[in-house]
Amino acid sequence: MKPAAFDYVRADTRRQVVELLAEYGQEARIIAGGQSLMAVLNMRLAQPKLLIDINHVAELAYIELRKDCLAVGAGVRQAQLLARSTLMDEVPLLALAMPWIGHFQTRNRGTVCGSVAHADPSAELPLCLVTLGGEIVLESKKGKRIVKAADFFQGILTTDKRADELVVEVRFPLKSEGITYRFREIAMRHGDFAIVSLAAAIGADQVELGIGGVADRPQRRSLPRGAALPDALNQTAWSLDAQDDVQASAAYRRQLIRELGHQLIEGV
Amino acid sequence: MRVTADQTFAIRLELNGRSREALAEPRTQLCDFLRHDLGATGVHVGCEHGVCGACTVLVDGVAMRSCLMLAVQGHERRIETVESLADDDTLSDLQQAFRRHHALQCGFCTAGILMSCVDFLERVPNPDETQVRDMLSGHLCRCTGYTGIVQAVLEVAAQRQTNKGV
Repeated sequence: MKPAAFDYVRADTRRQVVELLAEYGQEARIIAGGQSLMAVLNMRLAQPKLLIDINHVAELAYIELRKDCLAVGAGVRQAQLLARSTLMDEVPLLALAMPWIGHFQTRNRGTVCGSVAHADPSAELPLCLVTLGGEIVLESKKGKRIVKAADFFQGILTTDKRADELVVEVRFPLKSEGITYRFREIAMRHGDFAIVSLAAAIGADQVELGIGGVADRPQRRSLPRGAALPDALNQTAWSLDAQDDVQASAAYRRQLIRELGHQLIEGV
Repeated sequence: MRVTADQTFAIRLELNGRSREALAEPRTQLCDFLRHDLGATGVHVGCEHGVCGACTVLVDGVAMRSCLMLAVQGHERRIETVESLADDDTLSDLQQAFRRHHALQCGFCTAGILMSCVDFLERVPNPDETQVRDMLSGHLCRCTGYTGIVQAVLEVAAQRQTNKGV
């Protein structure tokens, strides 16, 4: 299908973007890479009055290594971050998870912040952000606010972002010493929506496990290692209210959390 | 730049090495603009939501879905479609390899796959089969399957490596 008619603005500055958002609110949509939004527009699931294109806002196209995080601006493409030669040393979980985002062709245009703002429950970047305890920086005409990943994602395609706000940056915490990072995903084909995706930050006694594709938003649980792990994984699997859908049954999803979770964490 | 819904905008871009210009509404997808307004019917439109990969073109040298871009976003960009590959009557090395390996039957998906391969082999000149299959996961082919395509891509990569060495 073809999109319904809309006004189009190619913005040059973030000031211009937040002023337009203040004026149009819910009737405006931001387009960055458009790898989710364009599909939604083509199917007319969204019919905004105004489309604000931020692809030419040069001040949003930055990746910055800071003391405690890797900050990624709203103009950064997924392929650009994945190609960063130091990524494995800075945020190893991203280096492991990002090859699973869509395909080579969609990562070339899709942005990091765009995927976070879209908030698909099976998406890899929101899962990484929640697992690592990252932050999202939102900006409106009134100013900036910083939201923790755990508070930002509120449901399927639903976030804490207000209609007049732009996701200007996401912050991924840098790797911690003594922690091993791992990622696994099961989908019908590589690049399809995840049936279950698991991201883990594994310490000596404890593990932070992020689970995507099951609940209405990415989830994180602190689990013990060793003999208590299988029970904890089972409780986690049952706590997520897994649903049957065309791709997989709820029971299969729970089984994946138990089995893949154990493999991922204990390396067996 | 601001274009209202009822206006058209004069889009100027470079298509396959030639400067082109035509009018488009904001809502026009890049794939439709290339086909209907600029005549590049080698761009195939399949699913229109970024899944099938048939409409893949190069934008400033990078493989992208032209159904997930607006025509206005193509303004002042360099676009290459499958029409750019052959040199008059001589097919490119990739096209020849696809023919040799029977890597196509109906050919609907082929134009997009070829454009992905052009970008991919620039960045990954010496890929293994897993990498090629990973790149191809962004394309749906429903008649040939992927075996011939994988063989063609690997053969071209090997040929280019050999030629470089000479």
